[in-house]
Amino acid sequence: MPKKVVSGNYAAAYAAKHARVEVVAAYPITPQTSIIEKIAEFIANGEVENLQYVPVESEHSAMAACIGASATGARAFTATSAQGLALMHEMLHWAAGARLPIVMVDVNRAMAPPWSVWDDQTDSLAQRDTGWMQFYAENNQEVYDGVLMAFKIAEHEKVNLPVMIVESAFILSHTYDVVDMPEQEEIDEFLPPRKPLYTLTDFENPFSVGALGTPADYYEFRYKIAGAMEEAKKVIKEVGREFGERFGRDYSQMIELYRTDDAEIVFMGMGSLMGTVKEAVDMLRSEGYKVGAAKVRWFRPFPKEELYELAKNVEGIAVLDRNFSFGQEGILFNEAKGVLYNTDAKPIMKNYIVGLGGRDLTVNDVKAIAKNMKEIIEKDELDREVEWYHLKR
Amino acid sequence: MNTLFGEKKAKAEKLVFKSVDEYPEAPITLGTTLLNFTGDWRTFMPVVDESKCIRCYICWKFCPEPAIYIREDGHVAVDYDYCKGCGICANECPTKAISMVREEK
Repeated sequence: MPKKVVSGNYAAAYAAKHARVEVVAAYPITPQTSIIEKIAEFIANGEVENLQYVPVESEHSAMAACIGASATGARAFTATSAQGLALMHEMLHWAAGARLPIVMVDVNRAMAPPWSVWDDQTDSLAQRDTGWMQFYAENNQEVYDGVLMAFKIAEHEKVNLPVMIVESAFILSHTYDVVDMPEQEEIDEFLPPRKPLYTLTDFENPFSVGALGTPADYYEFRYKIAGAMEEAKKVIKEVGREFGERFGRDYSQMIELYRTDDAEIVFMGMGSLMGTVKEAVDMLRSEGYKVGAAKVRWFRPFPKEELYELAKNVEGIAVLDRNFSFGQEGILFNEAKGVLYNTDAKPIMKNYIVGLGGRDLTVNDVKAIAKNMKEIIEKDELDREVEWYHLKR
Repeated sequence: MNTLFGEKKAKAEKLVFKSVDEYPEAPITLGTTLLNFTGDWRTFMPVVDESKCIRCYICWKFCPEPAIYIREDGHVAVDYDYCKGCGICANECPTKAISMVREEK
């Protein structure tokens, strides 16, 4: 299997190329820019055939162009970050509502103000209710694998919903790492051409998309999306398993469990920070702490069944949120607590707000969090539910 | 033929989905407005008094839908499958032959 040393952004660009995307419409924004620059380079060098690149005047237009392309049956791809993603917001609803399997890479970047270009998950999590699936990559390999799987999942006949592959600003986007890339023929076998649910170029049977849905009909179309999201859980597991069988990296679990078998305390989080957490888990294990890590790969659809299976066997869950919902708490924490409410799984749960705006989370931080969780479990009493861990006091 | 679209529409039936399974997966509109009637949100409906109508066809010209058509006998009539009850026809009619009547549903 060929290996390349690439940044997370180049991994995304190669994956789009290998997925044989037909339309890319994008607008540059730090730290996403090198994804779309690389794709433009593929075209300039004649390395890709049958790929239309649409330079647009904004992210809103980028998504609008992807929607148009996807509605004609084309495989469409784009990428953005933070303010750009926010500008796309309206069109994200449109893509999901029209059931178009567009794949987008969002490079997690903090929302301004204050102006920031560093890692923070609030931009993508603020798009939670748009009907897009969301996959959080831990490393460059997962960015690459995620994009390839995303097309297969999104285009599945029972799904037909868009996918956002999320990677961390700079920690992944601009950091080079070894990425395994299968041969093109192997990828073509895994990801055949798209079979669209409908195509606007079907001139024999004219129809319109997204026309008025009165109160008599709108509701049923929303239910269809909800159903497709439930189906997507099965499809994600199937595709993740098939990916593992073909390429050696299994993604059949929506939550990746790391040393959780006999764990009393589990760190839960998403994205690149989970690499640091796994490193800390190994160190803590060697010091006698019974700790493990649960990396939530898919935030939408939310893997509540897998979370329940984990939660019923642990004493405490430390949820590490590199994001915040003002007026409430960390977004993953809020979701995870909600999932467990109507179950018999009642671990002590504490929310640690970490790494906002790219502040570094180190293994020593994770070790300190483990010690705090251990004290809480021994006293059986939460000191506070939400802790702004890095705050300068 | 009691319609704007003549025979074509006489055979058309409005698409009504009775269960969620009958709906298309994506929110696509099947067929044209020949099948998808658009006149169901009216509150007041125009009623033509033929004794006052002078066949000037001003209402026919002004109807934005258009839901007013000219019958073979030269009188105007309203296709209620498309009329949204805006009242422009009644407002424009020089002989006040069209009145807006609250519709009972």
